[in-house]
Amino acid sequence: MTDSVARATAPGALRPRRRRATVTGVLGELLITAGVLVFLFVGWQVWLNDIVVAAEQTRAAAELAQQWESGAEAPAEADAEPPAAGAPVVLPEPDPGATFANLIVPRLGAEYRRPIAEGTGHSVLSDRAAGVGHYVETQMPGAVGNFAIAAHRTTYGAPFHDVENLVVGDSIYVETADGWYRYVYRSTEYVRPAGVGVLAPVPQAGDVASTDRIITLTSCHPLFSAAERIISYGVFDTWYPRADGPPAEIAALVQTGA
Amino acid sequence: MYAALWRALPGPVWARLLLCLVLVAAVLFALVTWVFPFVDSFFTPQEVTVGQ
Repeated sequence: MTDSVARATAPGALRPRRRRATVTGVLGELLITAGVLVFLFVGWQVWLNDIVVAAEQTRAAAELAQQWESGAEAPAEADAEPPAAGAPVVLPEPDPGATFANLIVPRLGAEYRRPIAEGTGHSVLSDRAAGVGHYVETQMPGAVGNFAIAAHRTTYGAPFHDVENLVVGDSIYVETADGWYRYVYRSTEYVRPAGVGVLAPVPQAGDVASTDRIITLTSCHPLFSAAERIISYGVFDTWYPRADGPPAEIAALVQTGA
Repeated sequence: MYAALWRALPGPVWARLLLCLVLVAAVLFALVTWVFPFVDSFFTPQEVTVGQ
C-alpha cells in the first residue's frame, strides 16, 4: 500500500512507462518499416503480382478467342494465295505490339492460354494483355521455318514458368483467327544469352534452307536468374481450320473460355 | 513513432486494434495498387530473349 502510494507520488510517475520518442528510436522504427516494405515488394513481385497478371493474360486470351470465334475480326486471308489442302494458313506479319495469336499448352495447365504479340520488347513481355512475344525476325506460325517466341519464366505472369516440364510428344497449340496449329514438343536445350542460333529457320544450323515448321520457346534459366536461356523446340504436326472446330485435346478450354 | 500512433487512436484496446488493422489494410492496398507498380517500373526485368 505504502509502496503504491510512494510510486504514484514519485516525480514523473503521472503517466507511467511513457518514454519520449528519441531520434534513434524513430530511426530504428523507420528502418524496420523499410525492411518490411522491401520484403513486401519482393513478395508482391514474384508472387502476388504474378498471379494477378497471369489471370489477366488468361482473360485477355479468352477475349481474343471470343473475337475470332464470333468473327468480329475477319480471318486474315493469306494474300490471294489459297494454301494447298491440309497446309496451314500463314498470317501476314502483324504490327509491332499487336496480339495475333494465343499459345495453348495443356501440359502447363488445363486453363493455360496466353496471348502472343509481335515483338519481344519489355512492353510486350510485361503486358497484362499479352505476355508472350514473337521474335519479329522469325517466321509466322505454320510457315516453313521457325516460329520463335519468348516469355518470362518468373514475374509478370510467368507464362513459361513450367516450360521445363514439357514431355516429348506434348502438344503446343497456337490459336489464331484462322484456326489452330498443333506443334509437338521435341526437345530442350540450354544456351548462353547470346545464342541467337536458336532463332534460325533450322535452329542452330545457320543459313540452311528449311523444309520443316518449327516452334521455338525461349525463356530465362535458371529460375530467378538470367545467366542462361532455356530453349524448347516443337515440330509442326497438324493444322485445324477454325471452320472444322478445335482439336479434341483443347476443345473444353476453347469452348468454355470463349 | 508507432507508440505515438497507438496513443493517438481513440477508444478501448479492442477498438484501437481494429483501427490498426484497418490502417494496415489501407496501407497494403495503397502499396499494391500504386506504390509497387511505380517502383517496379524502375527495375530492369529479367532478360528472356536470346540476342544482344
